[in-house]
Amino acid sequence: MNVIALPILFPLVLIILLIFIRSKKIAGLISIFASLVLLAISLYLLQLVIKQEVIVIQMGGWEAPYGISLVLDYLSAIMLVVSAFIILTISLYAFRFIKNENFGSRFYVFFFSITMGLNGAFITGDVFNLYVWFEVILLSSFVLITLGNRKEQLEGGIKYMALNLIGSLFFLAGLGLLYGNTGTLNMAHLAQILQDDQQSLLMNTSAMLFFVAFGIKAAIFPLFFWLPSSYHTPNISVSALFAGLLTKVGVYALIRFFTLFFVQDQVFWHNLLLILAGFTMVIGGMAASTHYETRRILSYHIISQIGYMIMGLGIFTPLAIAGSIFFTVHNMIAKTNTFLVAGLVSKLKGTYYLKNIGGLYKENPVLAILFIIPAFALAGIPPLSGFFAKFILIKAGIEDGHYIITTVAILTSLLTLYSMIKIWNEAFLKKQPESTDMMLQSKLGFLDLFPSILLGAASILLGLFASQIFELTLNAANQLINPEHYIKTVLHLLP
Amino acid sequence: MNSIILQIASRYLKVLLWSFAVLALLRGHNYPGGGFIGGLLASLSVVFTSLSYSPQKIKNNLRIQPEHYIAFGLLFVLLSVLPGLSGEKFLMEGEWISLYLPLVLTIKLGSPLLFDTGIFFGVIGVVTHFFFTLSTKE
Amino acid sequence: MEILLAILIGLLYSAGVYLLLRRSILKFIIGIIFMSNATNLLVFLSAGIIPGKPVFIGQETETVLQTDPLPQALVLTAIVIGFGIVVFTLALKYKFFNTTGTDDLDQLKKTDS
Repeated sequence: MNVIALPILFPLVLIILLIFIRSKKIAGLISIFASLVLLAISLYLLQLVIKQEVIVIQMGGWEAPYGISLVLDYLSAIMLVVSAFIILTISLYAFRFIKNENFGSRFYVFFFSITMGLNGAFITGDVFNLYVWFEVILLSSFVLITLGNRKEQLEGGIKYMALNLIGSLFFLAGLGLLYGNTGTLNMAHLAQILQDDQQSLLMNTSAMLFFVAFGIKAAIFPLFFWLPSSYHTPNISVSALFAGLLTKVGVYALIRFFTLFFVQDQVFWHNLLLILAGFTMVIGGMAASTHYETRRILSYHIISQIGYMIMGLGIFTPLAIAGSIFFTVHNMIAKTNTFLVAGLVSKLKGTYYLKNIGGLYKENPVLAILFIIPAFALAGIPPLSGFFAKFILIKAGIEDGHYIITTVAILTSLLTLYSMIKIWNEAFLKKQPESTDMMLQSKLGFLDLFPSILLGAASILLGLFASQIFELTLNAANQLINPEHYIKTVLHLLP
Repeated sequence: MNSIILQIASRYLKVLLWSFAVLALLRGHNYPGGGFIGGLLASLSVVFTSLSYSPQKIKNNLRIQPEHYIAFGLLFVLLSVLPGLSGEKFLMEGEWISLYLPLVLTIKLGSPLLFDTGIFFGVIGVVTHFFFTLSTKE
Repeated sequence: MEILLAILIGLLYSAGVYLLLRRSILKFIIGIIFMSNATNLLVFLSAGIIPGKPVFIGQETETVLQTDPLPQALVLTAIVIGFGIVVFTLALKYKFFNTTGTDDLDQLKKTDS
């Protein structure tokens, strides 16, 4: 079963290869081909998981609580497939959108080290190993966000670095306390030990440290300030990559930790999660509606939608967790797509500032359709993926009697719709403002549009085959809520 | 800095530091030492030489770029993982062969040593890269 | 010994937080170093301390008074990661200072709002 380590090993091979490649074009081609292979590997792994439910390997042959285990279950496999898909589209997009030669060949090295970190974080079954993968992601994202050395990038980079470093320190401190209390770092073993744990004061200290750490990574309400002040500074391919993948790792870790072993003080934690989810949604949505720069609007949107994922975790029924996972999948795809379209718009118009853009609907109807698909998906218009994601979450909320958060979630959809309509009106419908000169008349080729078409098609397909995807996410949720099988497989307790 | 004493000294210290580094690398599996320490010692020799001439000059005359050291290091790490991929073995499980040097000593060679060598090169690359980034312009 | 180390960790954390709240970027980085060292000590302390007994030396099987070696390995990894991060932040600060000529965090307002 060593095959489940391939999503980590394969990017490592690519990193080694890409360090020696100086030409941007060759690096780009290799990266496109490699991400196709990575997608194939991830799909194969999902296939395996559907057959066997939980797959485990023990690194170096050291048995479970002592060594590092790599564990693949439904949630990890789903995240692997979606992130491989996003990585494929971004590498197609970067092929056209990364201009500078020197910058270009370096971009791909760190692109794949982020991929390696993500895949590692999804697969690992050990808390310390998760920390190491988080650091891999963090360091490569530092480099990507400052690659190019423009002034705003350095400034955004400092802000990004500051809060995320503090987040890692919280993670490490929480890990130390957890180890001091339980004497193990294997997630399954932790779950077994903490199942009937009574000393919840000590555990809550550790859980709170982890919560702050992951909250910073996931950009939850009081901890999100690094995101909107840094995500609009780097190259648009980098912004799209971060928007699609980085915050979702934080959400993944929260879901994993708070379903598997931090399950003692449920009343407190679920209320806290729900309250923060509500604030995250509303404040993100409201801040988005005040801005006039596409990337900033979209950055605040990321925060707003993190709220929905946390909301599912806070309700904590199988249906709600399934909704969270469905929402995460939908959001990764649609959010990346909106960033890609914003990049395309700025390629046509030379700016991201909405007041200087206009008339795109007449100039380029294809682009308008490409924007409307993810925008409507994010707002939750019926045939698209977002509708079903929100529907499941709201249904779960009403079934379990959480009326306030459900109302907030529905109202936030209106805020989302408002800011999407704002982009639509300003960029596509209104006439091109007179004051700006139309010097930039670059055309968009099919290759520019292709990644966005892929993602748009994925959004539509997620909507059309919603019942199948829902079944998959429900399986994942059931596995998370009842982790006995997971624990027994990892610790080799099965007969 | 351009001190003649340091320049002469660094020539001898280079040999000393490198041999000490390799020693630390080889004994590292069971005794104090290892790839990280060895790598630090080896990169110390580069840093020392650069300080005694000028970092800019040494950087322009490097035969192997620091990032290529990192790549070599990662390659060794990858190679050390590969034996586990085949057959019934676990990933990263150690494979050992014993080598008898007549009269002197027995050396046990194994994939952990390969891993350590990877770390060794990686650390050299990283530390010299840091050093040159912070001490030279562009 | 544990009490002393716990007090030291508290001191390092408070000094680190104080430095984080200063306006200078360099002091901010020093604050990060303090806090990361405090965290490393915290992890190290999680196994408890048994004075005078090194881990696994020779072949003696004296199981009672042995320190748990795992936190030491964890701390070693964390120190290495922290080392890399600190150098990155220093390089970032250096670049930032070269392009803008300022070390004042209050000047970093352009990417907000």
